[in-house]
Amino acid sequence: MAAITPRQRTGWATANFVVIALALIPVLWLVSLSFKTPTAVLDPSFIPSQWTWGNYHGILTSSQFLRPLLNSIGIGLISTLVAVILASMAAYAVARLRFPGKSVLIGMALLIAMFPLIALVTPLFTIERALGLFNTWPGLIIPYVAFGLPLGIYTLSAFFREIPWELEKAAKVDGATPFQAFIRVIAPLAAPGMVTTAILVFLACWNDFLLAISFTSTISARTAPAAMQYFSGGSVFTIPTGPIAAAAVVITIPIIIFVLFFQRRIVAGLTSGAVKG
Amino acid sequence: MAEIVLEHITKRFPDGSLAVNDFNLEIADGEFVILVGPSGCGKSTTLNMIAGLEDITSGEVRIGGQVVNNKTPKDRDIAMVFQSYALYPHMTVRENMGFALKLAKTPQATITQKVDEAARILDLTQLLDRRPANLSGGQRQRVAMGRAIVRDPAAFLMDEPLSNLDAKLRVQTRTEVSRLQRRLGTTMVYVTHDQVEALTLGDRVAVMRSGVLQQAASPKELYERPVNLFVAGFIGSPAMNFMAGTLEEGVLRTSLGEFRLGDRMRREVERSGTGREVIVGLRPENFEDVALVSPDNRPHGITLHATIDVLESLGSDVFVYFTRELGHGVNSAELEELARDSGRTDSGAGGETIVARLDAATRIAEGQDAELWVDSRAMHIFDPATGRNLSLASDGDGGAVSVQPVSGADAVQPEPAQPETADPNATATDIRAVPGQAGQGGEAT
Repeated sequence: MAAITPRQRTGWATANFVVIALALIPVLWLVSLSFKTPTAVLDPSFIPSQWTWGNYHGILTSSQFLRPLLNSIGIGLISTLVAVILASMAAYAVARLRFPGKSVLIGMALLIAMFPLIALVTPLFTIERALGLFNTWPGLIIPYVAFGLPLGIYTLSAFFREIPWELEKAAKVDGATPFQAFIRVIAPLAAPGMVTTAILVFLACWNDFLLAISFTSTISARTAPAAMQYFSGGSVFTIPTGPIAAAAVVITIPIIIFVLFFQRRIVAGLTSGAVKG
Repeated sequence: MAEIVLEHITKRFPDGSLAVNDFNLEIADGEFVILVGPSGCGKSTTLNMIAGLEDITSGEVRIGGQVVNNKTPKDRDIAMVFQSYALYPHMTVRENMGFALKLAKTPQATITQKVDEAARILDLTQLLDRRPANLSGGQRQRVAMGRAIVRDPAAFLMDEPLSNLDAKLRVQTRTEVSRLQRRLGTTMVYVTHDQVEALTLGDRVAVMRSGVLQQAASPKELYERPVNLFVAGFIGSPAMNFMAGTLEEGVLRTSLGEFRLGDRMRREVERSGTGREVIVGLRPENFEDVALVSPDNRPHGITLHATIDVLESLGSDVFVYFTRELGHGVNSAELEELARDSGRTDSGAGGETIVARLDAATRIAEGQDAELWVDSRAMHIFDPATGRNLSLASDGDGGAVSVQPVSGADAVQPEPAQPETADPNATATDIRAVPGQAGQGGEAT
């Protein structure tokens, strides 16, 4: 590759700056809004003229936000755990075994991943009402697991495929049962893949709005993104812009930390199996 | 420790291909047996069936007298070393070696003691706390061996354990494996595609081709009395020279000269129903620079003139290559397979290239017309249709089959038999030659 000329360098820098600015300005605006007083939300200035912690104080002392935040964490973690366990078993089978209907299974998983979620909301709503799952944690965990599995199976089977099969044979000859071979040899080696899958599934659950708003009716199961929709202002005619902005910032912070911390892993997971090495 | 018996073992894969066909072998307690053959001959599949990593389609495997067909690997009390070593990357050397014992719920103190002992034998003590990623190829190989020996199993199974090492280390490790096996006295089944490894290591070597056992015998026996063309061509480096021969009224005509078959050989060939065409096999070391052959030995062979195409000097030996033109080439499925395996594509087409191994003292030079002597006592004669070695006495008395030379000019009167049968180095085939071959201009006595 030829060396980058100063001209090219300037060009790329400008392009990068524009992209980052476009992505970040709304976020910064959100942060700015969350620090404005209720009367100043319509003030067009970017930097709040008067800083306030009121919005944060309001939402963090209100059960209307704290309970949904807890729901978000609980539902997200449980869904992730279940999805990763099921996905690693399924991915292992996909990577290692020859069984009838394997290609059908992979095809079905891909189909689920591509299906528009909104098309499924109505039938799922009816099913959940009939089964009594509406407005419960399992009512969200089950669909989250279902939609997390295709991603998990794909990512993990790529990881499993890269583990030499001879390791498993060696474990068997060393006296391990197939389950022991999986738990003590294969799973530890696939751990990076499992972490990656867990992160991706958790992000999907944490950020979901559509299912959360559709399958809940009270704060007993409502997750944080959905709960923001139900914030009330000072009167029925006031839009609670400040509290919504503050809540948005609160639920974004863990994600930012998460992504900064694991960004290499996430990229590795999304591209694994694409190239060898 | 235990003996391993394979009885009528057959492996058919789900796609219908037959990997191993009616394999029979008894491996004695403490014996070191090598399974050797070109890639795809079913040797690894056989090993995996002994280990329990592959199902057995039919037949019976017994380890220590017990039928193990339906036992899982963990219940067979065997240890295996894999081609890739298959060390667990997330465990240290110590954990790798102790893994099997840990699974067997051995007390920690015993594990430590056994691992330390194995590490001492294999010179791994310094490396016990490293992970496989931080070891060299040779060290990894030793850890894989160590993982096998700490278990003190009934038998070791090795699947090409040296093929990932570089040439020098391979030779060194080969000796170590041999020493280790003798020291432990454990039954060992070792798979390799390298016939040199097979000959140097094994008490007994089983040669396989296309899933069928060709011959299982001691290295010496395989080398000197190969039962068929395939074994003859596979064992030995450089490989045996094959050339077409024509039998007519007891006279064998080859591109090297003419020989008269002895009575037994003739009977053997007639009984086999072979036509006039045969394949003649001569090992490179059956040739010698005529100047270096003692007068006593000369009558046992014929001399020939050849233009040396290529000469390779290895210091201890000299390899010379020359070509013989002949009307018809050597055609045989077995030879074609060998040629494919060794990467040669032009097997015997056109002329026949012949390799001869001469003493380093030879003065023969490249491009020269040289006079070579062929020890006809060591000649093998094969049936081109079945590949069977006709020069092995089929009655099993080990008696020599005698082939005598023909004098081209003054015809058929062979020399009187000489009493050389007591020669301990004589192979089954006892071929004697008369010099003065017409057209060869030889003169030896």
